[in-house]
Amino acid sequence: MTFSLFFQSLINGLNQGAIYALIALGYTMVYGIIRMINFAHGDFIMIGAYTMFYTIPLMANAGMPVWLSVLAAIIVCSVVGVVVEVIAYKPVRQAGSMSALITALAMSLFLENLAMVLFGAKPQNVQKIFDLPTINFLGVALPLNVILTILIGVIMMAGLQIFIKKTKIGKAMRSVPQDRDASILVGINVNRVITITFAIGSALAAVAALMYCTKYPRVTNDMGSMMGLKAFIAAVLGGIGIIPGAMLGGILVGLIEIFVKLFAPGWYEAITYAILIVILLVKPSGILGKNVGEKV
Amino acid sequence: MLEISNLSVSYGAIHAIHNVSLKVNRGEIVSLIGANGAGKTTILRTISGLKKADEGEIRFEQTDLRKTEPSKIIRLKLAHVPEGRHIFPQMTVEENLEMGAFADQKDMSATMEDVYNRFSRLKERKRQLAGTLSGGEQQMLAVGRALMAKPKMILMDEPSMGLSPLLVKEIFSIIKEVNQNGITILLVEQNAKMALSISNRAYVMETGKISMEGNAGELLKDVRVKKAYLGQ
Repeated sequence: MTFSLFFQSLINGLNQGAIYALIALGYTMVYGIIRMINFAHGDFIMIGAYTMFYTIPLMANAGMPVWLSVLAAIIVCSVVGVVVEVIAYKPVRQAGSMSALITALAMSLFLENLAMVLFGAKPQNVQKIFDLPTINFLGVALPLNVILTILIGVIMMAGLQIFIKKTKIGKAMRSVPQDRDASILVGINVNRVITITFAIGSALAAVAALMYCTKYPRVTNDMGSMMGLKAFIAAVLGGIGIIPGAMLGGILVGLIEIFVKLFAPGWYEAITYAILIVILLVKPSGILGKNVGEKV
Repeated sequence: MLEISNLSVSYGAIHAIHNVSLKVNRGEIVSLIGANGAGKTTILRTISGLKKADEGEIRFEQTDLRKTEPSKIIRLKLAHVPEGRHIFPQMTVEENLEMGAFADQKDMSATMEDVYNRFSRLKERKRQLAGTLSGGEQQMLAVGRALMAKPKMILMDEPSMGLSPLLVKEIFSIIKEVNQNGITILLVEQNAKMALSISNRAYVMETGKISMEGNAGELLKDVRVKKAYLGQ
């Protein structure tokens, strides 16, 4: 493999991986805090993408900068995320993990079908928010779009790390999964922390939608299901419930996918999943996961 | 300061606490002793709102605790050191202490300095993850975390559990010292002898009911208490 091909694949893999990582964070944060797999999480990419699809022309017509539609997507996703949590998930939280899982699956199907009714089944083209040229750097073609996408992903992840390390709400988001009773005793309103977690996870999905649409400017009602599934696998691979694990898992899945595609284009999904199965066979709790039984 | 009247609590169909009344006055150490499963921990958990009561009243100063959102109870300056310590294992010692001041961050660094002066081991290990501490150190951390809230009263659940006799002595002298600094204490203990030796008053619990109450010194001499709880 030539250096330039390797380098190209590396940044493509990082680009893909950063998208998975941002989505995986949503799965892992929610799992960390309420031990629930939010299967509807992937569909928030679709919600974010449709929001941008409809708001970009609005912004352009109103003479406002188009990146404001990213803000709109973030707001819409957070609000829908919170509404889904409060209306559908909170009431079944005490009913056991199976009920929660089924509710999340139902929510995913509901959102996808609602989108089909509202926006149609025909794929739509999302206008690009930014369209940067490809430059030539030391003989390697550098698409600046991809570089910027990776950069956005890195900034979001670094921002999230700082947020959960330094802010009060962030610390509460870390303490609740570790010990719910002790968190209540020090004065944390656990329900509020759960709601905020859903809002942040959904907002990250909106950013992932921006990154995805920059590369593949197409939005369909079911675009979130495959992305969501892969991001979920990435979260498990890194160690579900562990925030740095989701980032690591996402980047790995992205890199594996792109490099496998290079050598065996038709096989890439099969081989990607096979590699993941092998990793999980060796380390069932995920790469950063600790082998601890569930606390009673 | 804390007054419980006619409290009943159940787990499903099982009555854990039946018609319990007790009182803690300002400045006292009151202990709640009794066998395993008598309902002592349930009483503390119900005071803190971690468990819902069926009937009865719990008043802390002017406030009806049954009508208070559990996460707001610490804001009334009533802290709880739970059974089994319940520190945050994946956070450092210092972060655990910061969490103790979650509800009231005023003068946090001064309070933390006080806690470090009292527990020098915690200061030595402040960058260490709390989950890696020994049992005794974790208990100190749990007490330190409660002190970070600058409480008027602390509910202390089995602080001696799983500790060596030397550490048990140490933790009880700390409790006494905390009390001498003006913090009222309701202490739940299986180590009845130790608990009674530092308490003003005590309640003896048996299968969800209070079977005896009185001055700690007198209970220490009581034949029934001696037989049942002091192994004499």
